[in-house]
Parts: sequence; structure tokens; C-alpha cells
Amino acid sequence: MNRIDKKLSENKKLLSIYFTAGYPKINDTIPILESLEKNGVDMVEIGLPFSDPLADGPTIQDSSKQALKNGMTTELLFDQLKGIRDSVSIPLIIMGYFNPVLQYGVEAFCEKCNEIGIDGLILPDLPLAEYKEHYKSIFEKYGLVNVFLITPQTSEERIRQIDAASNAFIYMVSSATTTGVQQGFGSKQEQYFNRIGSLSLSNPQIVGFGISNAATFSQATAEAKGAIIGSAFIKMLAKDGIDGISNFINTIR
Amino acid sequence: MKINKSSDHTSLNKNKMNYNVNEKGYYGAFGGAYIPEMLYPNVEELRLNYLKVMKEESFQEEFKDLLKEYVGRPTPLYFAKRFSSKYNAKIYLKREDLCHTGAHKINNTIGQILMAKRLKKTRIIAETGAGQHGVATATVCALMGLECIVYMGEIDIERQAPNVARMKMLGATVVPALSGSKTLKDATNEAIRDWINNPIDTHYIIGSVVGPHPYPDMVARFQSVISQEIKVQLQEKEGRTNPDYVVACVGGGSNAAGAYYEYLDSPDVGIIAVEAAGKGIYSGESAATSVLGKTGIIHGSKTLLMQTQDGQITEPYSISAGLDYPGVGPMHAHLYQSGRGEFLSITDDDAMKAGLELSQLEGIIPAIETSHALAIFKTRKFNPEDIVVVNLSGRGDKDLNTYIDYFKL
Repeated sequence: MNRIDKKLSENKKLLSIYFTAGYPKINDTIPILESLEKNGVDMVEIGLPFSDPLADGPTIQDSSKQALKNGMTTELLFDQLKGIRDSVSIPLIIMGYFNPVLQYGVEAFCEKCNEIGIDGLILPDLPLAEYKEHYKSIFEKYGLVNVFLITPQTSEERIRQIDAASNAFIYMVSSATTTGVQQGFGSKQEQYFNRIGSLSLSNPQIVGFGISNAATFSQATAEAKGAIIGSAFIKMLAKDGIDGISNFINTIR
Repeated sequence: MKINKSSDHTSLNKNKMNYNVNEKGYYGAFGGAYIPEMLYPNVEELRLNYLKVMKEESFQEEFKDLLKEYVGRPTPLYFAKRFSSKYNAKIYLKREDLCHTGAHKINNTIGQILMAKRLKKTRIIAETGAGQHGVATATVCALMGLECIVYMGEIDIERQAPNVARMKMLGATVVPALSGSKTLKDATNEAIRDWINNPIDTHYIIGSVVGPHPYPDMVARFQSVISQEIKVQLQEKEGRTNPDYVVACVGGGSNAAGAYYEYLDSPDVGIIAVEAAGKGIYSGESAATSVLGKTGIIHGSKTLLMQTQDGQITEPYSISAGLDYPGVGPMHAHLYQSGRGEFLSITDDDAMKAGLELSQLEGIIPAIETSHALAIFKTRKFNPEDIVVVNLSGRGDKDLNTYIDYFKL
């Protein structure tokens, strides 16, 4: 059983954290990962920064810009992550936009992830049809899980297609927004969470976008298996740095 | 020696290449819809409906009527006598500069506003660089009484104050794009983010043949009225529908797509695309995407793209704000890669001189974008009997300040 499946089979709600590699400081990647594991985080999305992050709000736009300014590159991230499996054992997923992966070479990128011990990828702008036709076999060859997104606007028919193409979990976007925009969940989100919960999908769902504290974490995970915190974590890093991680995680659960 | 230009369909079909979009949304290796799932329902709704809607008789009637009565079409195909004799070829100018709002951009915004209405959208968003597409969008929104929000880079807002004022006067809200480099690319990012945040009631009127499928095809179809008219007008003037060459400037490439559209699969018509070399192709300040770009993803489309080795999108430069885009429409990427199109690039200096020259030879002050297309005649030689149609995509009023500064007028 791979690390993600093992984690998903644990009998608890999962807390996942997103951060942008190379932010706030270029060499923070490893200390952040180690601190997250030490503080009981279940899974991490490591953000590969991109110049034009279409689906992201101001917080992640800024962290991406700063990370690039700090000198973060795909190659440097891979260098930093070399040996990460000596100190960190929770599932690690690289999340980013497709163009940097395309430029690195999709197969070379996947091979490198496999060597390092990355468990999966989330590439929001790599469409389902393209993935199935051109890249699925490469991901599988290197043991990488591919995670797709669904939103409140995704039709049930498409959710079922995505469920069938997924092999770990579905990233459930809480609301029709870019990242870091949603403030708290109302009845609209709860209806959506319940609707997806009632579909009995074969992959568990992890909710992202709009989770920033204990209240939103518990709302998001009432039906779903877990939740991802991104923008709120990055804001905390900007303010308190790595030393603030322990306190931040402890306030979530 | 002259080849007979009348379309011989039997011989054309023998080695027929297709330069148009295929059913998956690709032009050769370029195109597609590389969009996050949040945009999928909107783009899919458009993809499933755009051809159907465009084929409706009532749509065609309304579209054609507005192009005629409101935009002022057909625009003349003008034989530029003095310009022709200077460059020793038969040069015709397709006068898109005479369209309402001063450029070809409005052909597309008229089409898209009618599309938006049929899709029952009540809120319109758009991106703009120099402001031409923003003005064309604000215009059709005023015409139809729809809410209009235009995203414009903060730096462009400062540079293009008159167009900002025009949009406001037309009732649009102009929102500054504060992210990234604060120019066209970032305005487009902000418009896409707005669409993610407003997935139900909003239609995004993209201004060029860029973005995810079906946008490049839809915009090209709305602009194809340009080449449809050229065919009819050339038949009247020269007794043939096809010129030897059709020339257009390319930023994203919507005026070019419209001028080439009817000729894409006619090998007897040479297609010439003119990009902005800025201060020189290899100066580090250029927008010559075909030369400097590599295949990548920008704004949901796989196309030629100026980027770093690491896949970060880089900033283009041109004196002309309308050519200042780091990508190019997927149709043009395919025309380039397949060799169907001849791609040339023109520096700021040569474009400015050509703009001044046309003003003084023909009494027409062109937009600086168009001046790039006019500048090729200095170095690209044609036969005296060659019929060359240049798409005069826009008028130069918006560029007067740049012309004034450059020529110390």
C-alpha cells in the first residue's frame, strides 16, 4: 500500500497543508516539511511556484512571486527534496501548474518525483482528457497518484468520470472561487458537501479553498475525509515564520 | 509567370492540408483547453453551444445587421496607388480602421455579445492591453445594456488614459490588474480569475484568438468577415477572389486570423504574419513569439510562448501595446510550425517609419500595430503584378502620443 492510501485508510479526518516552495525564504522547504510532520499534519502539498497562477488569489500569487524572486526553480526544488524521505514520512504531493512540468519534460519530472519519494501530483490545469490520453501511463510507471479537482459547478456525470480516473482522493474545491477568497462556509457549501457525500464515490474527498481555522476545518470534514489549508497557512508563515507552525496547527485541531 | 488563381477545388483537394481547428480544439499540435476544473463548466457550455448558436438564422441576421448598420461594414478594400507604386506591387488595404471604435476588434465583440445574450449571461468581463478591445467591449455592452467590467493592467491604465476615459464614458467599470507585471497578460489572468469567481451569470469576451478552445475558433469565425469581404471585393476589382498574399500583424492574432481565414486552405494565397521585434529580436525587449517562443501553456492554450527554461512566462516588449503579448494564437503557432505562414518581424523603429510613410503617401494614419505589417515592404520584395492585401487593422488616433514623442511632432 502506498503512503497516500495508507494515510487515507486511517480512521481520522486528515489535515493537509499547502505551502509554496521557496517562500518565505528560499531554503525553508525542508524545515517547513519537518515541522509539519512533527506537529501532526497528515499530508503536504508542496507548491511549485508559477509566474501566472490562474486559479490562485492574492496570497498564493504573492507567495509564488516571492518564491520565484528568491530563485526557486523546478531543479532547485528537486535538489532540496533529495533525501527528504530520511526525515519525513507523511505523503508528499507536488502541486503546481502544468507549464513548468511540461518544460521540465513530463516523464523526466515524474521520474525525478519517484526517485525523491513524492507520492502524487496536483496539476489543476492539466485536463482530464489530456491526462488520460497522454500522461496516465507515465504517472503510473513512476507510481504517482494524480489528483483531480471538482467544484460546486461540476456536473454529477463529470464527477463520476473524475472518480473513475482517480486513484487516491478527489480534491473538492469548496466554492466557486480562487484560493484564499472564501471566508467561512454557509448553507450553500454545506448543501454541496452533503450532496457530494451522498454520491458514494469510490475515492474519498479532501476539501480545499476556504479552510482557515478549526471551525471551517470541522465544517469541511463533516462529510469529507479531510481538508487542505493553503492561503491561511501562508499568511501565518509571512507573519510568524517557521516558528509559528506548531501554534497554527494546534489551533486547527 | 502567373498561375491561374481561380479556385480549382479538384486540384486543391488532392493535397488538402487543414489549417483550421479540429474537433478536439487543436490546430496541429496547438490549442486545447488547459484550464482548471473551476472554468470547465463555463468553457464547456460555450464549446457545446457556440457553433449551434452561430448557425441559427436569427443569430446570423442580427450579427450581419449590426455589422452593417452599427459597425459600418463592409469596410472598403482600398487600392493604395502611391504606396503600390513606391513598392512596385499591387497593394490593397483592407480598411478595418474605418470600423466603429477604430479597429477590427468590434467584429468579435458584436459576435460575442450576441452569443452571451443567447447563453442568458447578464454580466460581461474582458481584458484589455492598450484599451482597444476594452472600448469595443464597453461599446457593445452599452448597446445591449449589459454590465461590463474590464480588467486592465495598472501600468496600461496610466499609459492609455484616453481609452480608460472612453470605457468609463460608455458605462464600463475599469478594474486595475495589480498582479504580476501589471500589463495585458496580468489583465487576462485577472479576467480569468473573475470568471472562476462568477461561474453562473458571466460571459468572458476574450479579445483575441487566444485562450482555451473554443475561443480561438469562435473569435476567428467572428473576424472571418474580413476575408469574406476581401473575396467579394477583390472579385469586383481584379476579377479573382484570391490575392497572391495577405499580410497582417500578429500579437494574439485576431485581425490576422480574420484576414487569413478564407484563405487558410488555398495554397495559392501566401500568408504573411508580422510580429513585433521591439528593439530587436534578440535585444531582450521583443515580442517576436514565433522566433523566441517554445511550446507551452498560456491562458488555457497550448501554443508558442515566450518563457524561461523553467517554464515561467516572460514579459514581452513592443512599442505597440496591441502586439505586446508573450504568446500567439494556436492557429498562428500552427501556421508557423507547418510552414504555411511566412513569419516576419519588424522593429519599433521600422514600424514607426512605415506609419509615417503611409500617412504621407495615402493620407491614412495607421495604428502602430498595423504599421508593423506595412513595414515589410522595405525588405520583402514582391513581383510588380502581385496582388498583396494588407489588413489595416486599426487607426492611429490612439497612438498619437507615441507618434508625437517619437517624431517630435
